[in-house]
Amino acid sequence: MKVAIFIPCYVDQFYPQVGIATLELLEKLGVSVFYPEKQTCCGQPMANSGFEHLATSCNDLFVENFSGYDYIVCPSGSCTLHIKDHLHASANEPAAEKIRSTVMELTEFLTDVLHIKNLTAHFPHKVGLHQSCHGQRGLHLSQMSELVSPGFSKPQHLLNLVQGLELIPLDRTDECCGFGGTFCVAEEAVSVKMGKDRIADHLHHGAEYITGGDMSCLMHLEGILRRQRSTTKVIHIAEILNAG
Amino acid sequence: MVSHKQTQSMSSREKILATIKQNQPPAAPLPSLALSDLAPVAPGFDAVQKFTTVLQGIGGSIVEVKNWDQIHAHLSAQFPSPARIINLIPEIHLGDSLNALSAKPHTLEDVNLAVIKGQFGVAENSAIWITDTDMGDRALPFICEHLALVIRASSIVNTMHHAYERIHTGYAFGTFLAGPSKTADIEQSLVLGAHGAKTLTVFLLP
Amino acid sequence: MEAQQHTASKDHATLADTFNRDEPRVDWHDKTLWFVRQKRDKAAWQIPEWEHLRETASQIKHNVLANLHHYLLSFEQQAQQNGVTVHWAANAEEHNQIVHSIIQKTGITRVVKSKSMLTEECHLNDYLQAQGIDVVDTDLGERIVQLANEPPSHIVLPCIHWKKEEIGELFHKHLGTPEGNSDPQFLTAAARVHLRERFMTSPIAITGVNFAIAETGEVVVCTNEGNADLGVQLSDVHIACMGIEKLIPERKHLGVFLRLLARSATGQPITTYSSHFRKPRPGQHMHIVLVDNGRSERLGSDDFRNALKCIRCGACMNTCPVYRRSGGHSYHYAIAGPIGSILAPALDMKKNADLPFASTLCGSCSNVCPVKIDIHDQLYKWRQVLAKDGYVGSTKKNGMKGMAFVLSHPRIYRISGSVGRWVSRHMPFLVSNSLNPWAKQREMPTAPKQSFGEWYRTNKRKA
Repeated sequence: MKVAIFIPCYVDQFYPQVGIATLELLEKLGVSVFYPEKQTCCGQPMANSGFEHLATSCNDLFVENFSGYDYIVCPSGSCTLHIKDHLHASANEPAAEKIRSTVMELTEFLTDVLHIKNLTAHFPHKVGLHQSCHGQRGLHLSQMSELVSPGFSKPQHLLNLVQGLELIPLDRTDECCGFGGTFCVAEEAVSVKMGKDRIADHLHHGAEYITGGDMSCLMHLEGILRRQRSTTKVIHIAEILNAG
Repeated sequence: MVSHKQTQSMSSREKILATIKQNQPPAAPLPSLALSDLAPVAPGFDAVQKFTTVLQGIGGSIVEVKNWDQIHAHLSAQFPSPARIINLIPEIHLGDSLNALSAKPHTLEDVNLAVIKGQFGVAENSAIWITDTDMGDRALPFICEHLALVIRASSIVNTMHHAYERIHTGYAFGTFLAGPSKTADIEQSLVLGAHGAKTLTVFLLP
Repeated sequence: MEAQQHTASKDHATLADTFNRDEPRVDWHDKTLWFVRQKRDKAAWQIPEWEHLRETASQIKHNVLANLHHYLLSFEQQAQQNGVTVHWAANAEEHNQIVHSIIQKTGITRVVKSKSMLTEECHLNDYLQAQGIDVVDTDLGERIVQLANEPPSHIVLPCIHWKKEEIGELFHKHLGTPEGNSDPQFLTAAARVHLRERFMTSPIAITGVNFAIAETGEVVVCTNEGNADLGVQLSDVHIACMGIEKLIPERKHLGVFLRLLARSATGQPITTYSSHFRKPRPGQHMHIVLVDNGRSERLGSDDFRNALKCIRCGACMNTCPVYRRSGGHSYHYAIAGPIGSILAPALDMKKNADLPFASTLCGSCSNVCPVKIDIHDQLYKWRQVLAKDGYVGSTKKNGMKGMAFVLSHPRIYRISGSVGRWVSRHMPFLVSNSLNPWAKQREMPTAPKQSFGEWYRTNKRKA
């Protein structure tokens, strides 16, 4: 099984520990991981702002970097979803199509491909799980509260395998944090209010850590937590699954 | 007589229809409305019980009676003279019928109680189907202060899908009426008695 | 309370920013609407076949869009056979003229109107008032915003942004209720008396239409208050105004839609009144105005036609985390929230170019939609159209061009300097300067010593 990891640009630059945890975790689980060094970005920042048409060369580069793998694993639901829904390459559409069908978010890969049933991870803390919308509603990593359908959650399944970890309940299990890409600055007031409300829910239930599969949501929540001088921290799910 | 405006709207009609014809997407078949898929019956489902629970949940009252006399007794105790009662069910010897009235529905404004026979009830939402012929005057069930509807328990169907199987053309006006008139427009506080009847009592005959 | 004229020129972000200056009020607004969303969830979970019902409704609506020409002709013919006069309006202006000309012929000036989002879309009230017609909205919430000289902020809950104390004050001023009384029960009773007088003295009733049946020519109007029924049954002339997309094929299809509508809207099992108007009362005249106003054009768009499936339940607004925290008026269009944001740009791209960006694309709207409109996907697609057609600012466009260039050149991306520098300079949400909206209420992420790429090259690169 040939597996490549895709480390999103903002994770590469701001949260290298998330990339390292992803890589180490996969290797610990017996996967040999390739890291195509010329990778940059999925192109979502342009596309979500309405400039999908400017992302052509970025897409071509993505296809060039990630062709020839059985799976492309990414520690971000949002970037994974963007590739799945919007990656096209005029010069090599079959390759783009292959990538769209084999790109997987980390927890999805661990659950559905590796069928992880136990982990050695140890994380003795009270943890709140923030479901990123793109991971949840886009990739269906967990059941959505709007649907009348049986519940499941891939990230929660994995967190439950971590020793010592106590998952706290939330009043609103899958409300958006308000990051939303450029939304977070274009609609600063609403974005921050949404983030504050999410944080209040986690704090109200005693979270020491807020975790999730998308560092972008967590970066936004971290910015607010730090401004509030809160002792609660954010941590990517890969770091927890790789802990101890 | 063809006025300028009418000519103009004729051309709008042609224009709208032509654009639609041109822009309609490819055919899409109508889905099946099979009751087995749309309205599966849960084990132990009791239509009368469901109807009762739902009606009480939306602010209506339900009175199970054995015969017409019990309805009479109940209503005459609740609405003693000089309440103005319009009763469209001859078996209940109470109040006035509509026969003596003029065509003007506005004269019903001071009706305290209207008593009307419903055609059937729907368990899932406690709605009762009534048509213009049941209402005597179409304004009656809306303008009266209090409304009493009488249905047979055996007439209660499970869902709206069943309901429409029972409805046939032959009415000029019909309504599914569920509970008393209500609003929650002020801060989502539920208030019964917006513009229509302030209370609804449903009498269930065997 | 911000009136419509003040909001017209400001964009969603600015209006939302103003709304957010009173945080306790935002909390109250959010919680009130979240409560409605919870009621919707509870009602939906009572129906195990809920998702199948949504899918069925969606398919019926697809069939309607594919056969709209046929259904409209059938509807018109049936309605005429029922003794109803059918009118066709190409746009809002023609709709308003038709309604006015019907009223004018009667010589009457007192009109009652029940809720109709179409007439809000067409600004009928303003038009009629300018012609000297005294039109009163009879839905309680709509009457409240009408007295306040405001448009509704929600399609189902028109005054959801008003507090009871403010309504008490408004009623004191306009209806003469005692000062300081803000009990909803009392205020509703006062409105009942006030509007009953209007019902008794208004020989013309305008209503909206929830569903129109091609098979039978009847229209169905749903209310909880009974205001549509009372208005129509006490009138000599009933004018029903509807968008052409309100058609459904057969009466039996109402079974599907009436099960979904109220549950999605408010969590009720059905509205109090679901009235089927087929023929006018003897002596009464009934008119139906079929309005296009851009709909037939939109039907030709693969990306956006599905918005025409909307049954106006408002569920997408109640669930929208942005709507709940920005208020309906921040959308500066008759229909607020996610559905409004995909309808509005079709009518006026320039004026409404901000609305598809007033979303995080979280997707909750599409999940609650009873007819499964791909709302958040359409928001994304509108963004592409707006950017391509030049409705997005040039600063943003140039920034995007620069970003696209760097992100397609890995060496430049790497060489762009020490860690974090490029991203913090160019990522639209992390632009590092004193005017950066990110940092207004949030700390910037701290740049680590090494990027992941650098760490990998140092520690992991296989020889």
